[in-house]
Amino acid sequence: MTKSQKSITKEDVQYIASLSRIHLQGDEVERLTKDLEDILRYVHKLEKLDVRAVEATSHVLPLANVYREDEVRPSLAQAEVMKVAVMSHNGFLKVPKVIQ
Amino acid sequence: MNQPLGQKYETVIGLEVHLQLSTRTKIFCGCANVFGRDPNTQTCPVCLGLPGTLPVLNKMALEYALKIAMALNCQINPLIKFDRKNYYYPDLPKGYQISQYDKPVAYDGHVWMTTVDGQTRKINIKRAHLEEDAGKLIHDDRSNSSLVDYNRTGTPLVEIVSEPDLRSPQEVYDYLQALKLTLEYLHVSDCDMEKGSLRCDANVSIRGAGQKIFGTKTELKNMNSFKAVRTALEFEEKRQREVVSSGGRIIQETRLWSEEKGTTVTMRSKEEAHDYRYFPEPDLVPFDIDDALIEEVRRSIPELPRQKFERFVGEYGLSEYDARIIVADQHIAHFFEACTKLYVDTKKISNWLNGPLLQELNVRKMGFSDIKIKPEDFIAIIRKVDENVLSNLTAKETLKQVLDTGKDVAAVIRDAGLAQVSDSSALEGIVDELIREHQNVVGQIREGKASAIGFLVGQAMRKSQGKANPKMIGEIIQRKLSAKSDA
Ligand SMILES: [Zn+2]
Repeated sequence: MTKSQKSITKEDVQYIASLSRIHLQGDEVERLTKDLEDILRYVHKLEKLDVRAVEATSHVLPLANVYREDEVRPSLAQAEVMKVAVMSHNGFLKVPKVIQ
Repeated sequence: MNQPLGQKYETVIGLEVHLQLSTRTKIFCGCANVFGRDPNTQTCPVCLGLPGTLPVLNKMALEYALKIAMALNCQINPLIKFDRKNYYYPDLPKGYQISQYDKPVAYDGHVWMTTVDGQTRKINIKRAHLEEDAGKLIHDDRSNSSLVDYNRTGTPLVEIVSEPDLRSPQEVYDYLQALKLTLEYLHVSDCDMEKGSLRCDANVSIRGAGQKIFGTKTELKNMNSFKAVRTALEFEEKRQREVVSSGGRIIQETRLWSEEKGTTVTMRSKEEAHDYRYFPEPDLVPFDIDDALIEEVRRSIPELPRQKFERFVGEYGLSEYDARIIVADQHIAHFFEACTKLYVDTKKISNWLNGPLLQELNVRKMGFSDIKIKPEDFIAIIRKVDENVLSNLTAKETLKQVLDTGKDVAAVIRDAGLAQVSDSSALEGIVDELIREHQNVVGQIREGKASAIGFLVGQAMRKSQGKANPKMIGEIIQRKLSAKSDA
């Protein structure tokens, strides 16, 4: 992507919103398009930095190799789980039908 | 399908196999990893994805994944990390699946397999990575709703992705057999397709024979057995050939196999263009796979089927055919080896094992791990045949009764009166009767037709319910008939 190109379009924002199940209203699409554009512009600025000496990282904490042993711990009771369900039926969570 | 069409196109298949690991607990929480419990009784805030919870990797799941990676001859990433695969579906409580994107546990491996015509083929493995399983959905037409059970959510999975190296549905079947056998030897999963602990999706395309670039592929899902995989692929390859040869185009899509209809049908897209927007999982730190860990895991890998096969052929002088049958079930292989410690004639062990014993199991529809017979008992039966106490026939009967009752061999022979009759006066009586009853056969023997003796021996075995000593019967017949003709 070149810097002169418009980096983000309204369609991009609407597409991402639909993937994220976010319903945008009124001028939100316009506003977010501009916000995201600003963010990307900032990222483009960062791309100019020489980071050849910096090691690639996916995580900011100076931590690695945090494991747990394979030991069973108590699970929640079914009734507890049903409490967080919007709808339930016979110990199942009930949702609008999804078609495969 | 007519012949020219078959030669005109080549089928290209790659497989994605999902294997549930048999760890005690789930991959990122301490919930028990068990099958068949009441719905939503094996969950906790972590696997339900409630706010404020943190996943922590089960070390055993990583070790199992490393075992698989090594058994599949893979390269192992020195540093692995987890990523979020984002999509919305009710079986996924967090709205994303924790998986691995660009730093999987393993890559560039291969599996050796034997095709139906006895050829050895190498199938390349693209990658193998760790991820969490989703929950289970039951679709309820009456209430127009779906029911969700999150017990399975967070079950550790290893996804094994093959390169598109497979060229026919039968090859896929053979590959799955080879892969499953290796995985079974590792004891990392129960590999049960019916229970869903081993699942398989296939990417299928066709291209003109000799063509280099791949055709457009479809993804096949919902096959519940190896046979279903093969049948579904046969259907899909035929469908694609018909579409292309009638001038149509293949559409890239996911198709579901319908066992009842025997066809594949388009699955309505559940997410736009599989746009999963992977990004690094911030809740899990990276993991170094250092040499010490690799060494530790390597030491826990048992002898694998391919090595065992080669050793059984080399060390015990078995035919490739016999060795393949024995190695195809690790319980049988173990039993066979225990027998070789007790008895020197390994060929005879394999004959009795692959013959009468496996036949008995087939009749009972039992697996080898279900039976009670000990190697000591099995060898005791073979020895009784060597000692002429049992004939082949009574030995099979003894085997059957040992399997039925769990009694020891000597008790079965005694209680059922199966011991061979070598008492010559009893045998002479039988032969006398036969000579009276089969005068024409006796005539043939006198005329020098030696094979007719065999018929009489067979009749003697029948009369004695298999208990007569066949060697002695033969001798008695010869003695009596030559004595008579001399007289
Ligand atoms: Zn849990």
